[in-house]
Amino acid sequence: MAKTKIETDHKLNVRMFITGLALVALYAIIVSVMLSLGVSTVLVIVIAGALIFSQYYFSDKIAMYSMHAHEVTPAQEPKLHEIVDRLCLLADMKKPRVGVSDMDMPNAFATGRSPNHAVICATRGLMNRLNDEELEAVLAHELSHVAHRDVAIMTIASGVGLLAGLVSRIAMFGAMFGGGGRGGKGSQNIVLLEMVTMLVSMLIYVVAYLLTMALSRYRELAADRSGAILIGKPSVLASALVHITGDIGKIPRTDLRKSEGMNAFFFAPALAGGTAATLFSTHPSLEKRLDQLSKLEKELNG
Amino acid sequence: MGLRDSLFGRTKQVAPNLDNLFALPTAALTLQSELDLVSSGQAGLCFKSGSGESTITTDDDIKELLDFDETTNKVTLTTDDLGFKWLVVSDPDFEALVTRIHAANTSMVEHGLGPRLLCAVFGFVPKTPPGEGSVRIVYLMKQGTFYPFAPTGPSQRNNELELRVKSFLGTDLIFEKDLGRWMALWNLPVK
Repeated sequence: MAKTKIETDHKLNVRMFITGLALVALYAIIVSVMLSLGVSTVLVIVIAGALIFSQYYFSDKIAMYSMHAHEVTPAQEPKLHEIVDRLCLLADMKKPRVGVSDMDMPNAFATGRSPNHAVICATRGLMNRLNDEELEAVLAHELSHVAHRDVAIMTIASGVGLLAGLVSRIAMFGAMFGGGGRGGKGSQNIVLLEMVTMLVSMLIYVVAYLLTMALSRYRELAADRSGAILIGKPSVLASALVHITGDIGKIPRTDLRKSEGMNAFFFAPALAGGTAATLFSTHPSLEKRLDQLSKLEKELNG
Repeated sequence: MGLRDSLFGRTKQVAPNLDNLFALPTAALTLQSELDLVSSGQAGLCFKSGSGESTITTDDDIKELLDFDETTNKVTLTTDDLGFKWLVVSDPDFEALVTRIHAANTSMVEHGLGPRLLCAVFGFVPKTPPGEGSVRIVYLMKQGTFYPFAPTGPSQRNNELELRVKSFLGTDLIFEKDLGRWMALWNLPVK
């Protein structure tokens, strides 16, 4: 595999893996505790569902808040608005709200539960580092996320994963208590079954997590493609990618970790993952993205 | 966008809607009688050039493609500050101007450039200057709708005049209902 300029940080990858796993485990433990405390299974499902739904429903507000972004008017950011205006008219889509984050890290995101509630946001760092055409390319990529309804798709995907884990757990609980009533020496079996149940539902959570990450990477490539076709110049998007991905690698990492939670909505992940393209990253590797864009460029010219 | 396109992360390119352009000559008559505005003799076509697209890659190719009237040198091609190309056509006869813009559109569509079209702009100026200022009638290609644009400075526009134009032309032209789409086109090369 060809290596990019950015060196792979293996320790960071391991940390990311452990963090992801810990999150999954935490969710599983919360659910287990609630269940063993005698909270009814229905209520547990309702609480988990409500959490996921609010994450989806308030995605625009959560994202804007955690990125320190604020909405801007055409008078405040004429150029940004003009670019978005034209792209939306070209693609015949509703113009989302436009926001700016004062962060210096070059990045952009689009979020919101539906195209009608979408917000597209660029950081100051992005606008300072890219030329107008590259900025347009990045915004076209983000608008494609809106058009593809990626927030809804990703929410459903992670919700389904969680639900699968939950249901399997509950089903096994049911089987356990249903079958345990006959014999008197069932206590040892119950402990064993409890452990098996934990393991199986953990496994389902982990698999669901991996699948969600894979889906996220696929959605990124799809947005790259649609964005590049919208602006008609895949090479410009490629150059924007190289620009900001390269830059991101140079910025001290301690700054970047603050926005780790936003990765799924980002144009380029805030963590410099390098070439590893691990199973656990939300974004495809730079080379994969550039590869697709150069193929597209050839297609258009062919 | 359909459900399947969402699921597979696809967007279809949007084809332009050229049907409503020919309502313009009637609207021009109304503009003259009601607001004393006449055609400036200029119209422009705004599009985004891209990589490839059949064989048209250079400005000269595009110009050649659209400059069907070789006897006159009335077509110019410029690029604005956002990287969009402007094909500007001059013709004192308004109906001929509309026909030329329509023909240019059609020929771009034929060459696979349809999805790249953004808008067409027709300039109107006061018959007896200064009047109330000039107005551009913008035709949004993808939406097939019109809106007025009356810039009064580098980034100011006369919304009052724009709304008045809309109220007079409301029956002649299909206006863009979403005011958010009444895009500002600062520094546009069409008079």
